[in-house]
Amino acid sequence: MARLGMLIDLSACVGCAACAVACKMENQVPAGASRLWIREREVGLFPNLAVEFRPEQCNHCENPPCVPVCPTGASYQTKDGLVEVDVAKCIACGACAAACPYDARFTNKKGGYADKCNFCAHRLAKDQQPACVETCPAYARVFGDLDDPNSEIAKVLKAAERSDVLRPDQGTRPKVIYLNAPSKKGLTQEVSDS
Amino acid sequence: MKLPRRNFLKLSAAAVGAVSVGGAVTLTSRAKAAPAWYTKEVTQVFQICENCFWRCGIKASVVGNRVYKVDGYKENPKSRGMLCPRGQAAPAQTYDPDRLKKPLIRIEGSQRGDGRYREASWEEALDYIAKKMLGLKEQYGTESIAFFGHGTGDGWFVDFLPAAWGSPNAAKPSVSLCTAPREVAAQYTFGRAIGGHEPIDWPNTKYIVLIGHHIGEDTHNTQLQEFSEARKNGARVVVVDPRFSTAAAKADRWLPIKPGTDTALLLAWIHVLISENLYDQAFIEKYTVGMDQLVAHIKPYTPEWAEQQTEIPAQVIRQVAREMAQHKPKAILPPTRHTVWYGNDTQRMRASYILNTLLGNYGREGGFYIAMAPYLEKYPTPQLPLEPAAGGCAGPAAVVTEPEGFKPRADKGKFLANTTAIQELIEPMVSGQPYPIKGLFAYGINLFHAIPNVPRTKEALSKLDLYVAIDVLPQEHVMWADVILPEATYLERYDDFVTVAHKTPFIQLRMPAHEPLYDSKPGWWIAKELGKRIGLEQFFPWQNIEEYLDTRMQSVGLDLETMKSMGTMVQSGKPWLTDWEKENSLPFNTLSGKIELYSEALAKAGFDPLPKYEAPQAVPEGFYRLLYGRSPVHTFARTQNNPVLMEMESSNSVWLNAEEAARLGFKPGDHAYLINQDGVREGPVRLKVTQRIRKDAVYITHGFGHKAKGMALADGRGASDSYLQTRYTLDRISGGAGLRNNFVKLEKAPAPKLKSVTQLIKERGA
Repeated sequence: MARLGMLIDLSACVGCAACAVACKMENQVPAGASRLWIREREVGLFPNLAVEFRPEQCNHCENPPCVPVCPTGASYQTKDGLVEVDVAKCIACGACAAACPYDARFTNKKGGYADKCNFCAHRLAKDQQPACVETCPAYARVFGDLDDPNSEIAKVLKAAERSDVLRPDQGTRPKVIYLNAPSKKGLTQEVSDS
Repeated sequence: MKLPRRNFLKLSAAAVGAVSVGGAVTLTSRAKAAPAWYTKEVTQVFQICENCFWRCGIKASVVGNRVYKVDGYKENPKSRGMLCPRGQAAPAQTYDPDRLKKPLIRIEGSQRGDGRYREASWEEALDYIAKKMLGLKEQYGTESIAFFGHGTGDGWFVDFLPAAWGSPNAAKPSVSLCTAPREVAAQYTFGRAIGGHEPIDWPNTKYIVLIGHHIGEDTHNTQLQEFSEARKNGARVVVVDPRFSTAAAKADRWLPIKPGTDTALLLAWIHVLISENLYDQAFIEKYTVGMDQLVAHIKPYTPEWAEQQTEIPAQVIRQVAREMAQHKPKAILPPTRHTVWYGNDTQRMRASYILNTLLGNYGREGGFYIAMAPYLEKYPTPQLPLEPAAGGCAGPAAVVTEPEGFKPRADKGKFLANTTAIQELIEPMVSGQPYPIKGLFAYGINLFHAIPNVPRTKEALSKLDLYVAIDVLPQEHVMWADVILPEATYLERYDDFVTVAHKTPFIQLRMPAHEPLYDSKPGWWIAKELGKRIGLEQFFPWQNIEEYLDTRMQSVGLDLETMKSMGTMVQSGKPWLTDWEKENSLPFNTLSGKIELYSEALAKAGFDPLPKYEAPQAVPEGFYRLLYGRSPVHTFARTQNNPVLMEMESSNSVWLNAEEAARLGFKPGDHAYLINQDGVREGPVRLKVTQRIRKDAVYITHGFGHKAKGMALADGRGASDSYLQTRYTLDRISGGAGLRNNFVKLEKAPAPKLKSVTQLIKERGA
């Protein structure tokens, strides 16, 4: 089976939010909620500066904390590595959202279910790229099968000088992987947590 | 944009252990999770984005009477299948409940600016305008009506209609408030336009020097793509900016220049290339005139001298010049679009082009390509009385003299270029000199958020006999008009073709995704219906827009139906000097037929034939220079009522150097008022305390600070740079209005009491 994942090249990303808007339109994400958002942080002192523009979304973890906490089995992992929500089974109890260390889930009040990035599964079914990947004008995103050595994603990851994931301490093994963090120390951390 | 929460239940993955794996979910079964619109019958129509003026070719996905999604398409050389955030948010504008819905006539006896209107039929509104126009023609002549506009529809209202009517006073902000200096300088140097799609061969260049160029914050789609491509191909990037911009964050080197001293830096770089013999000698000999004069002129402009002006160390200036030379001709200083900075801007752009020429990059790979316009004939009409005078983002039009019986444009003689400067056409509305302008059309332009000196503009509007606004939203200047005409949004209308001068010249089609909502009408229809009523029927011989477009398309051997299935027609160009030399010609339409380092034409007109350095106006004690730029998710003052874009960024903030903030007692998240040198106050606006800007300047993004009660999301958020630009410095060559000689001080302000954008969106439904 495939192991679907995404690379986000932070040296290319300009934080323009084309991905976030494309996601919002494609998936009709309600006002006040987002499946995909951008963080911007500056590092250093004038004039020795770096800025990290970092899109964030569901990491489709290989070890997803949102799945085992689900009381109805609505949160599940597909064989090709997507973390999905079966909206028919979901009771919107919020356990998955609370378990997610990335704050990637929200309750879709209109639909009454937990909502989040699903790598635009409906587009994948038609051999289209996720909306965020397709629109990115900075070529910052690569989507595909991490296990296929001939895929672009595997090649780009192999060639990258540096790759990071969010909160590796959580043991979640994210499949949204960040390349070329602008700070020598890697990804910037939350200023405050909890 | 999103704060961490998660205090309700904390579980670490390690504690959870093994995870369950879902059943045999196939890719096809995933389609079940599709958003509702995606599962219905979706039709796609070719459109042209107008959420900014880059105007990418797009496909709109339509279900019934609603567009759900727009995307780029690969065959279009602008979008190439991708789209920026503003473009993606297009449908949110069409379904904005705050849109103008019916023609409106100002209630008799009310003052302009009171905002009191009654609904009218199109018939009544157009008759009203026509009667007033014919009266003004009788009393003051056709030149007494001015036509201002911006966007694809400006072809109808700022080019065609005034030329048919007989007014030379037609102007677009994209000239004298934006590109005029770089375009006029390009004409004097290369004898060619830069043009609306900057002709840079990004993918092949190896060394890029950006001066005040905001790629990344300016999300012009193709440019952003190609900048990224250039960097992936190994190009090195140097960014010259008083602010650590997004582009600076992507650069190999940032030069935090003292604002307004860019020409000093350019002259010093020229000095190094010449004194160290690093320039492209063969190129200079073959394609240029004036090298001897340049060599003599440049002697005093040493890097040590430039360090005093720019605060960039001389050795850094030398080093960058040498690096440029190492990569020539694949080294380039791409001209930025908004070049009206300090008033001496044409000369700064001349310096930039001279430097580019020394690198031998014009018409060569990795440098400037030579853009050609696509071939497409006009619809045959009787000869218009005047030539369109407004120009556009490809630069000013050149109308040297008006034909007999027509007065010259009202700003003639104020500057050298043969075009109109929009801000200079306000003055005759106030003073009546050199002759009165008594009528005004404003199409798509935001008069208060584009033209400097808002108090003067308001005075001018209050003195007019006729003021007509054609727009899609009740922007504040719109609510001053005598008659307001609601245009259909671009997704709902045909327009004329958009033709793009390019490496591969192309023609783009815009067709409606569905009928216009409410009682709005497309611009082409409004222009034709008005034309009929003011005696210009002969100039609008087409039955309807489809016939107009079909006739034009026949001139390139196609028809409208075929174009509807293509979206874009691409032609071949002549991008390289070698293409021209094969035909024994050169592309330079200058007096000498070559690139003019020394400009005889400027000398004859009484201007410096080679650029000199003028120090910028000093920052007054206690003030900061007001710099401004763009948000990647907004376009000028046009998108601040778009719910999706406002959720991304609902206000601007003022960037203040962290040390200065500490000195003034400001903390991150505080709010401030900005007060300019003339006492104009804007805000409250949130403070961004940052290392990313010098101590002598503050920065805000343009487009916020709306004072428009009818625009629920935009009203009262942030600060307007335009309102603070009560002064400008006229560039006496291009007519450009230099906007960076305005200064502000900061005062503490309370946080504004505003509902969140999300709450407002939920309240109004939509």
